[in-house]
Amino acid sequence: MRWVVRLAVLALLMAIPFIVNEYRVGLVAQILIFGLAAASLNVLVGVAGLPSLGHAAFFGVGGYAAGLTAIHLTQSVWVCLIMAALVGAVLAVPAGLLSVRLGGITFLMLSLAIAEILYSASETWRDVTGGSDGLSGIPSLELFPGFALDLVVERYYFVVVIFAVLYMVLRRFVDSPTGWSLRGVTSNSERMASMGYDVNRYRFVAYVVAGVVGAVAGGLNVEYSRFASPEDLGFALSSLLLVIVILGGRKRLEGAIIAAAIIVYIRQELSSQFNTWEFGLGLILVLVIYFLPGGLSGVRDQVVKALARRRALRVKTTEGGTP
Amino acid sequence: MSDYLFTFVNGLARGLLLFTMAAGLSLLFGVMRVLNLAHGAIVLAGGYVAVTLTARATGMGLIEALPIALVVGALIGTALYFAVKPLLHRDHLDQGLLTLGFAFIFADIAELFWGTQVYSPPPPDFLNRSIELLGGSYPLYRLVVVGVGIVIAVAIFVVFERTRLGAILRAAVSDREMVAAVGFRVPLIMGGVFAGASALAALGGVIGAPIVGVRLGLDTETLILALVVIVIGGLGSLKGALIGALLVGQVQTLGILLLPQASAFLLFGVMAIVLIFKPAGLFGETVK
Repeated sequence: MRWVVRLAVLALLMAIPFIVNEYRVGLVAQILIFGLAAASLNVLVGVAGLPSLGHAAFFGVGGYAAGLTAIHLTQSVWVCLIMAALVGAVLAVPAGLLSVRLGGITFLMLSLAIAEILYSASETWRDVTGGSDGLSGIPSLELFPGFALDLVVERYYFVVVIFAVLYMVLRRFVDSPTGWSLRGVTSNSERMASMGYDVNRYRFVAYVVAGVVGAVAGGLNVEYSRFASPEDLGFALSSLLLVIVILGGRKRLEGAIIAAAIIVYIRQELSSQFNTWEFGLGLILVLVIYFLPGGLSGVRDQVVKALARRRALRVKTTEGGTP
Repeated sequence: MSDYLFTFVNGLARGLLLFTMAAGLSLLFGVMRVLNLAHGAIVLAGGYVAVTLTARATGMGLIEALPIALVVGALIGTALYFAVKPLLHRDHLDQGLLTLGFAFIFADIAELFWGTQVYSPPPPDFLNRSIELLGGSYPLYRLVVVGVGIVIAVAIFVVFERTRLGAILRAAVSDREMVAAVGFRVPLIMGGVFAGASALAALGGVIGAPIVGVRLGLDTETLILALVVIVIGGLGSLKGALIGALLVGQVQTLGILLLPQASAFLLFGVMAIVLIFKPAGLFGETVK
């Protein structure tokens, strides 16, 4: 059943360029990229219980890594993505070592501080990053030598493929024994520690996985849009990603993708009409916190549970039990 | 030499301003375990109060803005307290995110009224001049900010360490249930702390307005600096907040003068070094 849904979604994504115009295709690519970044953040927030308000650090660093590689080194999409992943790991290892043992609210503040420092570094380090003007002049990238991804549709398909692969990687990680141990660490860290689990090591692994996938999502974003700016590292993006995770529900990875679709669409509509949309973002956050504490996947779980209860009741009655 | 001294005094002014803002944030977390991510927005609200009062032909200046900002801040704080109250049994992250949502809403509404420009409301006339100091001239207002900052800091410490109210607050930081058990009305204490912390933040916004420039984005900037301060000092510790604020003030001024290339990393470097050796901050106890 799971695979049926997955293949159906993949088929739909493949069909998108035949259904909607080029502009909308770009919107879907953006949804996939933000969805992937939010899914990696979900591993951190939902599975490992580490609330990060600075995930854009990885997204932006991966983006700059991919963009700078494309300008100075090679136009191969693969090398650029690998560079994004490597730089993401280089950031995640020291940042993770420093912050996972703190946990909780201190972790949140530290994540925010790390992202903010990288943001100001990208603005001041003009020679390399182009400062607040952003990194432009990124050439169009080649799938293999001689085959450049010039068209929007070509780049869209590339995004779909990378998205599908990395989403499955995250899925596998979350469902692996490590993933389940992480859930145990999140729900009761003292107990897991007393059972002999190295709590901080598990958190560290999750931190690095989330960081690397977040960086690749950022690299993918730059490969698609061929532009990187300090905003990719900024507080606004970090909180946008966190809002996507909260709206989607912390417990489930796929919620992040659906929430990314909703948020990107709303952002598109609001900012084209009012020129700003922070009000909308804030309102969504407030409403979700008050009324949907489990996010969209919490609603789904409740519906599924209610249906199951009804079915159980019906089975009972047809079997001749008391109604 | 006087260059360094002036930069040091600039840093002192910044640090004391930062303490006014961070003290409330730290205390709020200590008593309620709520991280108020709208704290920066309240500082900005205080700044806009100063801007509005000095810009209009009301004949009012920064001095008149102080009590008004205190009231506005306290009102915002009280409103936030009632907004967060239903969530107090939930995860700390939920409470923090709720305040973040309000901060976003505030930022958009503020843009509607004040636009995106940078305002620098003038200091009161009798302070709006420079004085001769060690062979150089130095803006008097900044010295006054240092003086007022010291007064506020001393007042906070006296209230916290030497009064009955302070004793109750300290008890609430270390064991809220016990304070409730011996008969104090904890909701009242928490609401009061929320209002007081927000009033202080707004006050900081008014006093700092002529120096830092009131603009959109100041809210996030202030919030992040205040968070760094309380991470360095230790959550819930006022002494830590003071040391952290003075340290960050110097890092941001003297540090940049001495090591301009590393300016972006200095703040992070200081924080990282503190956290490597003292994960709970300089004066913090481990908070779960």
